[in-house]
Amino acid sequence: MEAKLKYYLQIADNALILSHRLSEYCSKGPFLEEDLANTNVALDLIGLAESMYIEVARQENEGRTGDDIVYRRKETDFLNVILVEMPNDDFAHIMVRQFFTDVFHQQFFSELRNSKDEFLMGIAHKSIKEVLYHLKRSSEWMFRLGKGTVEAQEKAQVAINKYWKYTHEFFLENDTDSEMLKAGIGVDLSLIKKNWLAKVEEIFTMSNLTIPTNDFTIEGGKQGYHSENLGYILTEMQFLPSKYPDAIW
Amino acid sequence: MNITALSKEELLVEFEAKINAEQKIEPLDWMPDEYRNHLIRQISQHAHSEIIGMQPEGNWITRAPSLRSKKILLAKIQDEAGHGLYLYSAAETLGVTREQYIQWLHEGKAKYSSVFNSPALNWADMGAIGWLVDGAAITNQVSLQKTSYGPYARAMVRICKEESFHQRQGYEIMWKMMEGTKDQQEMAQDALNRWWWPSLMMFGPHDSDSPRTGNAMRWKIKRETNDYLREKFINKTIPQAELIGLKIPDNNLVLLEDGTYKSGDINWDDFWKNVNGNGPCNEQRLAHHIKAHTEGAWVRESAFVSGFQK
Repeated sequence: MEAKLKYYLQIADNALILSHRLSEYCSKGPFLEEDLANTNVALDLIGLAESMYIEVARQENEGRTGDDIVYRRKETDFLNVILVEMPNDDFAHIMVRQFFTDVFHQQFFSELRNSKDEFLMGIAHKSIKEVLYHLKRSSEWMFRLGKGTVEAQEKAQVAINKYWKYTHEFFLENDTDSEMLKAGIGVDLSLIKKNWLAKVEEIFTMSNLTIPTNDFTIEGGKQGYHSENLGYILTEMQFLPSKYPDAIW
Repeated sequence: MNITALSKEELLVEFEAKINAEQKIEPLDWMPDEYRNHLIRQISQHAHSEIIGMQPEGNWITRAPSLRSKKILLAKIQDEAGHGLYLYSAAETLGVTREQYIQWLHEGKAKYSSVFNSPALNWADMGAIGWLVDGAAITNQVSLQKTSYGPYARAMVRICKEESFHQRQGYEIMWKMMEGTKDQQEMAQDALNRWWWPSLMMFGPHDSDSPRTGNAMRWKIKRETNDYLREKFINKTIPQAELIGLKIPDNNLVLLEDGTYKSGDINWDDFWKNVNGNGPCNEQRLAHHIKAHTEGAWVRESAFVSGFQK
């Protein structure tokens, strides 16, 4: 597969897998309004992923559909970062995972608006509007958890400490990223990292939350090596098309 | 300012005159306790049904077999949550908080539609729920748009617009399944077999066995009787099933000379078993809601406390 389409998949797979996790949480929110917000974000992310898969299928021109790319692809061909696979341990974990991803999306799509690739430029313009809402919500939750009760502050900090090591993968420049950057299609991940960190620091400082001091990293998703979670996610997601390969849904 | 105190009898006359003139009763208007209590029960039951109804469908989002169907299902469940929100808001205008309504639900003092105590076992159930359950709901809700209590009637107007989409989307799933492989056709028929009778039961007991219908009709909370609405639904739905090759699971179904259908006897023992807490998923549905609410307590508390921070 050519680098550009892999680049599309990196973006789409992050959105799809995170959306899957948010979908699991539907009807389990702490109150109704938050349940609605959660499914709203899940829907935005599926919408983003779907447009990208359809475009991958169109450009590769090998007779696959967007759905084939989602439902008939093996685990090692998924290129999402590991963070988005992390399970919904509790509301603090869900929201910290969301906040880290929202800040990344905000920085990433802001830059991607300058892409030379017309499709990506269009996607970036559309997505940034949605992502700003997502980020507003998750930033506000950082504040509500960090500056609310002691229990909530502790839970949020536990989630931050646990997920910090997964955040580095957002900025890990693989061969696809380098090629796309050179071609003026992709973004400069070192710049994104700098801006991401500044935004996270700003919100955490305001919210009585702390950035961990360690530099451990866990990565692999962007190369197709995932956590054990992805196998279960795909088993569930691909269940019907796998069991009834001839069916059209 | 002259304040004339009216007696309860005079207030009742004024209240009923308003209802007979098809004017809406608003939250600050005087209303008989019986009217208020009926609405508290009915609107909250309706709100709880929307919320508990998210569960059988939510069960399939992660397994939806295409991105399009996944988006539609998510959006539909989100609509249900939104309906719950409108309805809790309407119910709160009667002087009871949402928190209290939820507590009554958890204590078993408030009900929700028993249809959601059925399990959703295969993908065609997403079709059957939309087509039949939402179809039955909309038959009832269209008439409720004219209900006498203003906030409830207005909520119904918005809800009906969305429910009609749900019904069409549900039917589309069934249609696609019937156009598909043998396995898909079997799933569709199986889903219809399991959801048909619970959908008919959604309209409630026969008019002769429905103790609350009297006053509810007189005060125009209910505008049509259970049996009238059920028959309307049956007559609308059977041709839709036949069009795509589905068989209604009722061996005693009769086509009458006037072109309407008469269904076989409904098994009311099943209905009451379900209403009284012994259906297949009663415990599961309630436990799910209680768990989410309990696990969310620290989040709600922190959100509240943080409201005092800068």
